Amino acid sequence: MSGFRLPNGGTNINRDQSMRFQFDGKSYAGYQGDTLASALLANGVRLTGRSFKYHRPRGIVTAGLEEPCALVEMAAGAWRTPNLPATAVELFDTLTVTSQNRFPSLRYDLMAVNGLMAPALSAGFYYKSFMWPAKFWERIYEPVIRRAAGLGRLAKGAVDDRYDHQHHHCDVLVVGAGPAGWAAAAIALAGGQRVMVVEQDNMPGGGYLTAPAIGFDSTKAAAGFISFPNAQLLTRTAVIGAYDGVFAAVERHRPGLPARETLHIIRARQTILATGAVERLIAFPDNDRPGVMLASAARAYLNRWGVAVGRRVALFANNDEAYQTAHELRAAGVEIAAIIDPRPESWVAAAAIKAGIRVLLDEEVYSVGYSRSRGLYEVHTRRRGDQGGVPVACDTLLVSGGYSPQVQLATQAGAKLAWDDRIAGFVAGATATVRTAGAARGVYGLAEAMADGEAAGRGEATEPVPQHTPMLPFWEVRVGSGAKSFVDLQHDVTAADMRLAHQEGYSHVEHAKRYTTHGMGTDQGKIGGLVGSAVLAAARGAALAEVGLSKPRPFTQPVSWGALAGPDVGHHFKPQRLLPLHDWHTRNHAVFVKIGLWMRPLVYSATGDTSWGPVLAEARAVRRSVGVTDMSSLGKIDVQGPDAGQFLDRIYANTFSSLPVGRARYGIMLREDGMMLDDGTTARLGEQHFLVTATTQKAADVLEHMEWHLATVWPELDVTLTNVADQWAQFAIAGPQARKVVEKLVTGRAVTNEAFPFMAAGEATIAGVAGRLFRISFSGEAAYEVAVPAQHAEAVWVAILAAGNAFDIVPYALDALNLMRIEKGHVTGGEINGQTTAADLGFGKMLKKKGDFVGKALSQRDGLLDPKRLQLVGITPVDTAKRLRGGGHLVGLSGAGPSQGYVTAACMTSEGEGWIGLALLNGGHSRYGERLIAASPVFDEVVEVVISSPHRLDPENARVKA
Amino acid sequence: MLQIKCPHCGPRDEAEFRYRGDATLTRPAVDAGINAFASYVFERANPAGWQTEWWQHAHGCRAVLKVVRHTLTHEISGVGLPGETLAVPEGAA
Repeated sequence: MSGFRLPNGGTNINRDQSMRFQFDGKSYAGYQGDTLASALLANGVRLTGRSFKYHRPRGIVTAGLEEPCALVEMAAGAWRTPNLPATAVELFDTLTVTSQNRFPSLRYDLMAVNGLMAPALSAGFYYKSFMWPAKFWERIYEPVIRRAAGLGRLAKGAVDDRYDHQHHHCDVLVVGAGPAGWAAAAIALAGGQRVMVVEQDNMPGGGYLTAPAIGFDSTKAAAGFISFPNAQLLTRTAVIGAYDGVFAAVERHRPGLPARETLHIIRARQTILATGAVERLIAFPDNDRPGVMLASAARAYLNRWGVAVGRRVALFANNDEAYQTAHELRAAGVEIAAIIDPRPESWVAAAAIKAGIRVLLDEEVYSVGYSRSRGLYEVHTRRRGDQGGVPVACDTLLVSGGYSPQVQLATQAGAKLAWDDRIAGFVAGATATVRTAGAARGVYGLAEAMADGEAAGRGEATEPVPQHTPMLPFWEVRVGSGAKSFVDLQHDVTAADMRLAHQEGYSHVEHAKRYTTHGMGTDQGKIGGLVGSAVLAAARGAALAEVGLSKPRPFTQPVSWGALAGPDVGHHFKPQRLLPLHDWHTRNHAVFVKIGLWMRPLVYSATGDTSWGPVLAEARAVRRSVGVTDMSSLGKIDVQGPDAGQFLDRIYANTFSSLPVGRARYGIMLREDGMMLDDGTTARLGEQHFLVTATTQKAADVLEHMEWHLATVWPELDVTLTNVADQWAQFAIAGPQARKVVEKLVTGRAVTNEAFPFMAAGEATIAGVAGRLFRISFSGEAAYEVAVPAQHAEAVWVAILAAGNAFDIVPYALDALNLMRIEKGHVTGGEINGQTTAADLGFGKMLKKKGDFVGKALSQRDGLLDPKRLQLVGITPVDTAKRLRGGGHLVGLSGAGPSQGYVTAACMTSEGEGWIGLALLNGGHSRYGERLIAASPVFDEVVEVVISSPHRLDPENARVKA
Repeated sequence: MLQIKCPHCGPRDEAEFRYRGDATLTRPAVDAGINAFASYVFERANPAGWQTEWWQHAHGCRAVLKVVRHTLTHEISGVGLPGETLAVPEGAA
């Protein structure tokens, strides 16, 4: 119980508006404008979580998004978001959060025993300890590690929260609305440019906000800024990464708005990164105890939220700026126990002594007095490098190891880093479109940063202004004992771990990062990253400038999956394509299946029954009399021009230029590497006019394949390609009685076998609608396909059903179609799977010998001509009572041995009993009559099958030609 | 994310385009043999620098475009139709 709310002060909070919130089941009060962190501190709550590896108690360390320790989980209903920094959670009534990483409760954490096991949990322990045996991973190691180390929990199941995406274009993007960014934005705005300012805090101001004496009024400033039509301001928005010319940012919306977060994709001509600098920690034993926090955080809590972080405060700092915090706390009535400064002298120290503050120069903090019951009660100081010393009684220790410019975004955007001795930190250079300004490039001080921002806004360059007294690079206080000095508070990485990494050969900063997990937490090691590098540098005996920082990768902040997915969830994940007849199918009890983007009827069943019963009934009706099915999802490409025939000869492996007008031909296309691309029927509607059909699944690929070859390989061919897939509805009327139905529908042309034989094609009037008629068959029965403009789909379909009424016509759907094609031995995507050649599927003779076509040369590669390749066969169980499983493997009769092939399709047969299937079998074309075992380990089934030609139904094609 | 200036549609986001690879390859003559086709289909230079490549404006005008792009910086120095010859800048982007 150390922090408390001061009687006045706090520019962020509205003391007239108090709120209640819940933390770990306990109710607390705060004010409007509080963050969870400021409200917890005001309530004297120090313990906010347990650490990742050792489960040590942890508290709030910072006041910003760089917070490594105070991560909480927010939940409401099914929604749940973990890993939120308490410093970024804005208070609202009914806010309910829980701490993370504790089991079963924060105060009594059973896993804290890990702290006692610490020697076994040193750097690289994952690699060392959980190597063997492999099967232990799934059952033992992983659940234990997850239980022990889980960083929060995700929502289970669907939540109805909304997330959004927005795209922006601007002339100047300014990241960070502190003194530098705000000045840069104002200058750019005055120049008439479109300016966008993105600020991660909930209001603009940055460094101004912790210096109330400046009198910066955020509300007024924001209102003034956005009154310009060329200005846009995003607050609560963290830029999470630079990506090839754009910046991505996530906006956290206030509670109560319909959307939780919005992902902004921002494309700017120029970007000014005024991202400021973040104070860094110092590594000394027990520097992670609740009550140890950054000096700048204490100053922010004091000025912005009117919260004193402690009653008796010590400061451990190596720079002048941090002294300001001590003076301001003192002015607010907080006792300053001592300032411990490792520098031998400093004029700010002299001024502090004069003001009556105890300053211990040339001293360092080498340990911390902390107990569970008392919390932090003293710090131990000593002359630098000496043994022992005098305790300083205090309840809070503020630490300042200097400031690190925030260069993550600049380096992601391609700017080079340079070491700056003056500030003991890395600063980023510029690229053609990205520059840094203010503290982000090492220019400290409000006025100096503002001037630097103005220069950036004008596009000028300025040199950093030297400070009064250089700060002292100071990274670690080493003691002999095994106490832990943390460099990464979130991932529990200690200075000793960094030394161990070097000792074990992981000396490069990137290797050490991965070996120790330093900087790999959600905070990306913002406050300790450089400290870890400094410890590594000392171990290596190398300059810190040379050792460098590990590359900061996107995201710079934790990002929810929701923000990335945006609105593209559920039905919006992929567009749905509906057949022209979709409504009719729906009304008539179609059970739909998604094929690519298409919603296609699988079977018509009033009861939703998708078993083989209704499917067989549909197929048997077709084989017995007549049926009609919707083929509208087929790809349809109109090919016209003087060179259309020649073009198709090069695209197809077989010949089309010789096809007479009024005829259709089955064709196969190869990829240039010699594999099958697709098959389909193409009709010649005129001397210079062809209509290509592609399978539903390959329609888009085939169109692209044709367009690309026409545009780039054969631009000399005079051909026009038009995608007409959506313009035409297409129905197949199949069965022995098909002609009688078609005769009743078609006017203006004879459809007898003589006048319109198998593979005829041409214009026709169908049920009064000008369309096209094709005599093609996929089912193996006599069949016609009619095509009509899509807007007439339902009228024509209904007319077909009416015309077929006398013959008991049935609509049949995809399962029945698939069943009949398996019986006939036709191939689809299961067989044209990208790994099969034309020869594998029995089309070897279709490859034309004369002339060029795509895939011709490479289809003759030795490997593709191997007679032992997987080849298409039919399979039938010896025992007709046994069922076949798609995906089952073919093995020898012993049921053992290597796989010789696999089942690509299986169904119950409409003619006869039991099951049949298609399979790809090693050297299958010469193995007809052989018996094998089809084994399905998934279903634990083995079935003896006999191999045959895939073409079992009417191999002479008598039916289709009847 | 790339922004490609389609000669027909104007500057568009890369999400509208489909990448189609190296645009400097010439498809061998039909009788050039398996090795020539194998090289055409499988062998790629993978330069760290400027590359001329095909991009199809699949969710736009569907034109196949020639684009000169720097593979390290993603800078685009020129966009044209297949018949055009685009200048490839010297040196680094």
